[in-house]
Amino acid sequence: MAEIRIEHLRKEFGAFSAVEDSSFVVRDGEFLALLGPSGCGKTTTLRMIAGLELPTSGKIFLAGGDVTFNRARERDIAFVFQLFALYPHMNVRKNIGFPLLAQGIAKAEIRARVEETARLLQIDHILDRSVSGLAGGDRQRVALGRAIVRRPKCFLMDEPLGTLDTEFRDLMVRELRELHNRIHATTVYVTHDQLEAMAMADKIAVMNHGVIEQFGTPQEIYNRPATMFVADFIGSPPMNFLRFTAGLQRGARTVSVEGVPVAVPEIHDDVAMGEIALGVRPEDIRFSDASPLRGVVYGSEYHGTNQIVAVEMAKGLIKARVPADQNFRIGDTVGLELNHHNLSLFECTSGRAVRSSRHTQVQHG
Amino acid sequence: MAEVVLKSVNKSFGETDAVSDLDMVIADGECVVLLGPTGAGKTTTLRLIAGLERADSGRISIGGQDVMGEAPAGRDVAFVFQQYSLYPHLSVYENLAFPLRSPARRLGKDEIDRRVREVARMVRIDHKLDNRSTRLSGGEMQRVAIGRALVRRPAIFLMDEPLSSLDAKLRAELRLELKRIQKELGATLLYVTHDQIEAMTMADRIGILAGGRLVQIGTPREVYSNPANTHVAARLGQPHINLFPVEVLPDGKAPVGARTVGARTEHLEISLSGKANASIDWVEHLGDQNHLHIRVGDHKLVTLANPYIPVKPGDKIGLTLKNPLYFGADGNRMY
Repeated sequence: MAEIRIEHLRKEFGAFSAVEDSSFVVRDGEFLALLGPSGCGKTTTLRMIAGLELPTSGKIFLAGGDVTFNRARERDIAFVFQLFALYPHMNVRKNIGFPLLAQGIAKAEIRARVEETARLLQIDHILDRSVSGLAGGDRQRVALGRAIVRRPKCFLMDEPLGTLDTEFRDLMVRELRELHNRIHATTVYVTHDQLEAMAMADKIAVMNHGVIEQFGTPQEIYNRPATMFVADFIGSPPMNFLRFTAGLQRGARTVSVEGVPVAVPEIHDDVAMGEIALGVRPEDIRFSDASPLRGVVYGSEYHGTNQIVAVEMAKGLIKARVPADQNFRIGDTVGLELNHHNLSLFECTSGRAVRSSRHTQVQHG
Repeated sequence: MAEVVLKSVNKSFGETDAVSDLDMVIADGECVVLLGPTGAGKTTTLRLIAGLERADSGRISIGGQDVMGEAPAGRDVAFVFQQYSLYPHLSVYENLAFPLRSPARRLGKDEIDRRVREVARMVRIDHKLDNRSTRLSGGEMQRVAIGRALVRRPAIFLMDEPLSSLDAKLRAELRLELKRIQKELGATLLYVTHDQIEAMTMADRIGILAGGRLVQIGTPREVYSNPANTHVAARLGQPHINLFPVEVLPDGKAPVGARTVGARTEHLEISLSGKANASIDWVEHLGDQNHLHIRVGDHKLVTLANPYIPVKPGDKIGLTLKNPLYFGADGNRMY
């Protein structure tokens, strides 16, 4: 098992720069998710770690050794594209053992390692069954077994669950994470699905236009987004922005939104007059008749335990997550109370978070 | 727009019963969402209505007309597929106008122009009418594909996971818009998905399909709060409903013969004082939803964490049931 260290990695395709000056460390045994929209550079980053692309500049270290220009097969990694493809004419044992056979490993050794892997995945009772008769979950486990049987230094996964049914994906997300808890293989996992990243990763790197906008634990990224892009990309529905024009003073504890004073975490930066966005998560909004911050109910989406209520404010819609048993009628005027401990402020031109008692050390990529 | 009625419809492929004894009415102007995993019979149902498959038995009528003998072209349905298929050499405008240019329609140039522009506005693609369809983002292409179905004003729209190839954010945006458009047009819509959130948020009624059978159909609230059996209960809600034997948390209220308790977040009450019968395993931080993993004896339960009740791993808590769901040995709901 191994640490992956990336230093000033850059990749250009002609005039287009796919990855710009990325540096980060995946510690031994850690699960990192590279998260971002399509075209953000996450797959290119992964392919450089795998050795499937050569960087334009920068360095890649695997377990302390510089592998920047090593061939893919000299890197001792397992690259998992899709967890579904199995050889239909082989049984479970042969499917799992295939990568070892291809490496020319002795039969007895293959047998021992396949059985060990099967025990780890709790599929040792079906080793001699044909894969074509297996239920979906077991097929996935076999596919996983084929990836881990080689015992590589690290796993690189490129949207392995991308094409699955949501219900099945939920199950696999849990299994992948439980497997990780058992074998602690250093893992880099590429996804555009923030829920997958939040549910599985120890650390998340949020990428946009080739740049890592934030690197941190899921909670840091969710609770203290470094930029408006990150705030908007994470969360479903994402963070709401209430925009207003103002200058901010260090030490201030309120801002004025739509003419209403709103308590915020103590501001630690002086910000010149300009457009500011107050960021509030949907679950940090409560309805209260006493609040002077008012809007009109635009619609609601029922989600079972919760509902998402959209409220039209002077400057656009904002969405609140509240219990499903509260009743709202479209057109009702409501007062909104914001949980002031959890509010973020952003400068709209740069998109960056303003430092505050909540955002003490904003980590930009 | 029109009412669509399916009566005792059956369809099998060789040994597999894809659709069994299906009875369903989609009212005029209603949005019905069929929810189920791959192989449940969702897509076959759509294809039977569209006439792309022939039913082995049963009746299908659209707007009061029996359509069993009609070819797909004679059925006045519009189908939107998961993979948008646009004409790459045509502009957005021409892609939208194409279904209207059929000689059978005899529409005047001005009428076509009016309809194309109206629909383009509706699906918010009116600023790109002159673009080549290949020069659009995935979300824009799918809007055009939906728009091309809308211009025809068919009796019913049939949509087969039209949003599943898009990323999560775009999906959330388009599902809101699709719902708005459907209401605006008063369109009859049968929509197929395996995404419970799409089903809950878009449907007037949800039909739960399993193994080719319609297990339950009702409003999202009905299906969520009153599932007919454990299968339906497990399809809706995040985190998943907790299903465990009644002995785990005896509340003295279970009906005679009940074997399984179904408890969602709203059916579980946590108290920090009083007698402890459970403990906190861990708290899973998913951002907007934090899941509390609770251990009761040998059983693990998952519930949404309430930010106003501070707990941490290892804490002992008192866990009681609050009007949970009960199921019998056969998995059916008991009251």
